[in-house]
Amino acid sequence: MKGRLLLGAMAASLVMTVTTLDAQSPASPNPANGRRLFEKDGCYQCHGYAGQGGRDGARLAATAMSAQSFVRYVRGPFGAMPAFTAKVLPDDELADIYAYLKSLPAAAAAKDIPALSRVRDK
Amino acid sequence: MPKTPGRTVGRRTFLQSAAATAALVVKPPIVDAQAASPRPSAASPSAAQIAAETGPPPARSRPFTVERPGADFMVDVIKSLGFEYVAANPGSSFRGLHESIINYGGNTRPELLTCCHEESSVAMAHGYAKIDGTPMLVMAHGTVGLQHASMAIYNAWADRVPVYILLGNILDVAYRRSVVEWTHSVQDAVAMVRDYTKWDDAPVSLTHFAASAVRAYKTAMTPAMGPVVIVADAVLQEEPIPEAERHALRVPKLTIAAPPAGDSSAIAEAARLLVAAENPVIVAGRCARTPEGLRHLVALAETLQAPVNDRPFRFRMNFPTRHPLYGGGNIAEADVVLGLEVPDFWNATHAQTPVNRTGMEARATTKAGAKLVTISSSDLLTKSNYQDFGAYAEVDLAISGDAEATLPALVEACKRLITSDRARVFHERGARLADASRRSAEEALNQAAWGWDASPITTARLSVDLWNEIKREDWSLVSDVTFLSFWPTRLWDFDRHYQYIGGQGAYGIGYGAPAAVGAALANKKHGRLTVNIQCDGDLNYAPGVLWTAAHHHIPLLTIMHNNRAYHQERMYVQDMAARAERGIDRANIGTAITDPNIDYAMLAKAYGVYSAGPIENPKDLAPAIRKAIEVVKRGEPALVDVVTQPR
Repeated sequence: MKGRLLLGAMAASLVMTVTTLDAQSPASPNPANGRRLFEKDGCYQCHGYAGQGGRDGARLAATAMSAQSFVRYVRGPFGAMPAFTAKVLPDDELADIYAYLKSLPAAAAAKDIPALSRVRDK
Repeated sequence: MPKTPGRTVGRRTFLQSAAATAALVVKPPIVDAQAASPRPSAASPSAAQIAAETGPPPARSRPFTVERPGADFMVDVIKSLGFEYVAANPGSSFRGLHESIINYGGNTRPELLTCCHEESSVAMAHGYAKIDGTPMLVMAHGTVGLQHASMAIYNAWADRVPVYILLGNILDVAYRRSVVEWTHSVQDAVAMVRDYTKWDDAPVSLTHFAASAVRAYKTAMTPAMGPVVIVADAVLQEEPIPEAERHALRVPKLTIAAPPAGDSSAIAEAARLLVAAENPVIVAGRCARTPEGLRHLVALAETLQAPVNDRPFRFRMNFPTRHPLYGGGNIAEADVVLGLEVPDFWNATHAQTPVNRTGMEARATTKAGAKLVTISSSDLLTKSNYQDFGAYAEVDLAISGDAEATLPALVEACKRLITSDRARVFHERGARLADASRRSAEEALNQAAWGWDASPITTARLSVDLWNEIKREDWSLVSDVTFLSFWPTRLWDFDRHYQYIGGQGAYGIGYGAPAAVGAALANKKHGRLTVNIQCDGDLNYAPGVLWTAAHHHIPLLTIMHNNRAYHQERMYVQDMAARAERGIDRANIGTAITDPNIDYAMLAKAYGVYSAGPIENPKDLAPAIRKAIEVVKRGEPALVDVVTQPR
C-alpha cells in the first residue's frame, strides 16, 4: 500500500511537471533536447525519426495526447511498448521529449501531396 | 568448394587392377625395418625415390574413359520432370551430374545457374516456386553444401514450398581419393535436414534413382508441399551404365496427385455456420497457391459478403487489396472465424503480453461463443522436433485438406444454403464493409503523409514513389512487407496471384535477396517487372546472389530498405533494457550496421549490377527508381540504395 501511495505521488509529480509545459512557464522544457533524447533513448525505433509512427508504434508527431496522458502511457503502457520508468527516463527528460513531439508540424493532407494524390490513379 | 582435377577411374577398372597394384605398394613390416636400422636415419633419399616422387606418373596402360556415365541417365530422369533451372554452387560430389547436365543435357531444361552459396541456391528455388508453381532443382554437396543450405531448406519447409534437392555423396569408401572426399562424404546425408524435409531417399542403383526421383517430385508437389532430397551417389553418377542395364532402364511416368480436399460433410457444416453468421471473418494464411486459389477466395467472400483478413503476417497473395471486402472485419466481433491455411491460427485469435516473459498473459481475441473453423493441410504434414506447427488451436471444426482445393465445394455449399433473407443481410453487410474499406483507404493515404519529406526516407514515401513508377507495368512484388509497416499492401493495387509471395516462412533472414532473384527468374519468361524491396541486414548474408542475377541477366529491380540496423533485434534489446531499467541508449550496440555505413550501390556495382544511391533526400528517389526501371526493362538487374526510417 505504501508503495502504491509513493507511486501515486510520483505520478502526480510528473503530471504537474509536464502540465506546466502547456502554460509555457519559465521552466519550459527544451524541444531541441527532446529531439536529441528521442533519438538517443530509442523512441524513434518504433515511432520513426519524424514521429510518424508505423508498424511498431503509434504516430507521435504533433500528438493530440495531453501531457498527462503521455506521461501515463510512457510509465505504464498497455500495448506492445515496454514501460520506461523514471529511473531510465527522468521526468524532465520526458518533458523535453513531449515538447519536441508537440513542436513537430502536422502533415499536409494527402490530397495536397502530388505523389500521394496519384496513388489511387490507374 | 575445392576442386581437385583427378583421374577418371571406374570402380570396375580399379578393382581389376587392384591385385597388381597391391603388389607394388606392399612394404616390409615396420618391425623388420626397425631391426635393420636401430635408430632413425637421416640419409638422403635414393635416386629412385626422388624419381618416384618428382617425376611424371607412370604411363597408364589405357586412358580412362567412360562411354555413358550413369549421370546421363539421371539427366534423362531430371529432364522428364520438366525442371527449367538447376541452381548450384559447384561441388566435386556432383561433378558427374554437373558435366552431364551441361554436355549430355545441353544445359537446357534444366539450365545451370551459378550460385555463390548453397543457401542462395535453395532460397532462389524457394522464390521461384512461389511464382512459377513448380520446383527448381538444386544441387549441393551432401555435407558442407547441405550445411550451407539448411536454413533455406527450413524456410521452404515452414513456408510449405516445394524445393527439389539433389545431393552429391560418395558412400563407397573405395571411391574416395583424399581427405577432401572423406570429409565431404557422409553415411546418412539427409539426416541433418530430415526434420524439415518432406521426403528423401539415397538410391543404390540407377533404377532406384529413377523411381525415387519421380516419387520425390510427386511428393513435393502434393499439398502440404515441401522440400525433398535425393542423394545422387558419385559412383552411380560417374561409372558407366552397365551394358546389360542400358535397355532395361526407364523413366517412370510422373502423375501429380490431385490435392486433398476437405471432407464433404465437414464442408457442409462449415457452410451452415458461415451462412448463419452475422459477422463472419475469413482469415487467410497460405490459402491461394495459384490464380485459381485467389479467384476461389474472392468467390467465397463475395458469396458471403464476408471480410478477408490476412494480418498480422501476409503469407500469400490471397485477395485483391482494393477489393471492398479486403482487410476489414473485426475478429473481436466475429461470431464465426474461418481460418484458411493459417500457419498459427491460435496466434491469429489470441493476444499475448509482448515479448516472451515469465507470467506471460494470453487471452482470446474472439468473443465468447464464437465458432472457429479451420481448413488446412498442416495436419497432413507435421513433424516433432522443429516447432513451426505453432500453438494448438482449440477450434469447433477442423477440416484437414488443402484450402484452395476445398474452397470450390465450400462456395457451392454456401450458395445452396442462402435464402433471400440471408442474401439481404449479406448485401447490407457488404455495403457496410465497402464503406469501411473506403474510409480505411483514405486513412492510409493520410497516414502516409506524415514525415513525407523526412530523411531518412519514410517507408511510406518509398512505397508511394515506387508504386507510382511501376503501377502501369505488369509488376510483381517478391519481397515481404512486414518490415515496411505493410505500406505496399495498404496502398498498392494487388490483384494478380504473382504480385505478392509472402516472406521467409521460418523468418530465417538471408532469404530475401536470393528468393527475389529466383522469383524474378520465374517472372522473366512472362516479361513481368519484378520488384524487391530489400532489407539491408538480409542482403549481407549472401550478397553474391547479386552477381548471379547479373551473370544470368535476370531482370530485377531491387530497392534497398537500408535502415542501417538489425532493427527487429534492436527493438527487442531496447525492450530488455527498459525492463531491466538500465541503458536504454545502448540498444544500438550489436544491432547497428553503421560505422562504416555500407555502400550498397558500390557493392552492387562490384557484382556487375547497375546501381544508384545511397539516396537520402526523398526528392531524389522517384527519378532514381525511374532510371533503374529502364535498366531492368533491358533485361538486367538494378539496385537503388535508399536510406530509410526503421520501419
